[in-house]
Amino acid sequence: MVNALNVELRTTAMPSLVMTERENDTVVAADASGSFTLSEVSVAYGRDLVIEGVDMYVAPRSVTALIGPSGCGKSTLLRCLNRMNDELGNVKVGGRITLDGQDIMGRDTDPVELRMRVGQVFQRPNPFPMSIYDNVAYGPRTQGIRKHSELDDLVEDSLRRSALYEEVKKNLKKHAFELSGGQQQRLCIARALATMPEVLLMDEPASALDPISTQQIEDTIAELKSSVTIVIVTHNMQQAARISDQTAFMLRESMEEPAHLIEMSETKKIFTNPDDKRTESYITGRFG
Amino acid sequence: MAISTDTKRGRALGRTASRRATEVVVRALVFACGWLAIVILAAIAVFLLTNGLRSIDEVGLGTMLTGTSWYPTSNNAQFGFLPLILGSLFVTGVALVVSVPVGVGAAVYLSEFAGRGFKEVAKSVVEFMAAVPSVVYGLIGVAVLIPWVRTTFQLDSGMTALTGGIVLGVMSIPTVLSISEDALHAVPESLRQASLALGNTRWQTTYKVVVPAASSGIFAAVMLGLGRAIGETMAVLMLTGNAAVMPTGVFESVRTMTGTIAAEMGEVVRKGLHYSALFSVGLVLFAMTFAINLAADLVLERQRKRWRR
Repeated sequence: MVNALNVELRTTAMPSLVMTERENDTVVAADASGSFTLSEVSVAYGRDLVIEGVDMYVAPRSVTALIGPSGCGKSTLLRCLNRMNDELGNVKVGGRITLDGQDIMGRDTDPVELRMRVGQVFQRPNPFPMSIYDNVAYGPRTQGIRKHSELDDLVEDSLRRSALYEEVKKNLKKHAFELSGGQQQRLCIARALATMPEVLLMDEPASALDPISTQQIEDTIAELKSSVTIVIVTHNMQQAARISDQTAFMLRESMEEPAHLIEMSETKKIFTNPDDKRTESYITGRFG
Repeated sequence: MAISTDTKRGRALGRTASRRATEVVVRALVFACGWLAIVILAAIAVFLLTNGLRSIDEVGLGTMLTGTSWYPTSNNAQFGFLPLILGSLFVTGVALVVSVPVGVGAAVYLSEFAGRGFKEVAKSVVEFMAAVPSVVYGLIGVAVLIPWVRTTFQLDSGMTALTGGIVLGVMSIPTVLSISEDALHAVPESLRQASLALGNTRWQTTYKVVVPAASSGIFAAVMLGLGRAIGETMAVLMLTGNAAVMPTGVFESVRTMTGTIAAEMGEVVRKGLHYSALFSVGLVLFAMTFAINLAADLVLERQRKRWRR
């Protein structure tokens, strides 16, 4: 069923066909880069439909939090946005996702190019086994930047943006594994920023860190908001309330049916006056 | 709910004598098995040394190691190991040129690109390759490779270091492949994810992150392949021509250390000088393979520690 949906949407997305209304929306917002529009997005693992019918708009230069109980497909939905699900083999994504009006699921979109525009930070810090400098310069080097002065500037700038520069500036040649967990995660943020992405996806970036490191990551996110769009998956509702502008609540009500997007609106509204009873129950800690 | 006195008795603190005895016996057995390997290894070294002592005494270890002629049966007998050591190194060098690119390349393919089905089939085939007796490889070499080398390089004889080395290389592919594959497999998936998420292709991820991260394990694989090749006897005996002269290139006939021991041991006087010299050759071979394996082990251990964060 998902496959049929997929094929149908792919054909309607052929360039010469009539533009949809949604595309008109995003063309208006073209100068504000880094906005995502999801319509009727479904995900299936093999024959198992896990997410169904997600419609969502992610505003540019804002922080969007995805919350919901474990197994509700938050991370899966996040990976749709940079097509990391492609790497898992048996995952099918249906529906339509556009980044600044461009269809990112079409055959002519190269996931490798997409991922330079949509960076990702993972749950556990995963620096490469090389120096701090080489970690940050990894992405730019892939993009073909070879000039030392240019790389130096990019590395410094990225480390500053992730608020790590002051701690490591004396020794950028130090091996990344010598950093603390929190520093490693900020290094991973710097590494993702170095390719100059428009969007940064974060999959529970602070869940493996202590409270002080978590605080530093949250401060970094607040700083970054002015230059990149951030979509963050979090289990920590206080965190979502503190750092996000919009919050989306997802829920899979039973294992027999796929997860749905229950409600998405301004964070303040979700946490004070949600429209849906289920959102309220989750927020107030009655389940999940 | 009161606990009955029966239950209390069943939970006495002391273990019965028979259970304690079993414990002691089993522990002693396991302990003995653990130490047995070490004892055997040490015994081999001592055995080689004591039997080689006569030649070390009469000829001298330095003279043997640096001597360039091996004439063990002439009136003025010469026991120079260099032709044999070089013969082994030439053959092993050729073997590495064959086994490292093929073994490491195949490991990268199986670990990073192959589908699950193909990977399973390929792994069993490789295991089977390792189980084929070396004399069978030798036979194939005699039938196919010797004539091919002779005609292709226009030589008088196809029995050369090259011929033996190629067959030895094929024989050590399973070692290099499976240990390299283990090393690549041990690289955390999160590193691949990180690289892919930064806009790298699978291949870029492989050569920029995965292979460097597994490099020490791959190095160990090469070392163990080397150890396998240098100790192999039958195939080289059948293929290299066994001329005990100082080799100058791979297109010449050579004699390896292993080949020398195997070929001459049947014809020597027991406890004689020649007999003793052959044990010294064995001692040198033992020391070389021991050093190679030790180096590989140390490197592997370092890699294991590295990912245990």
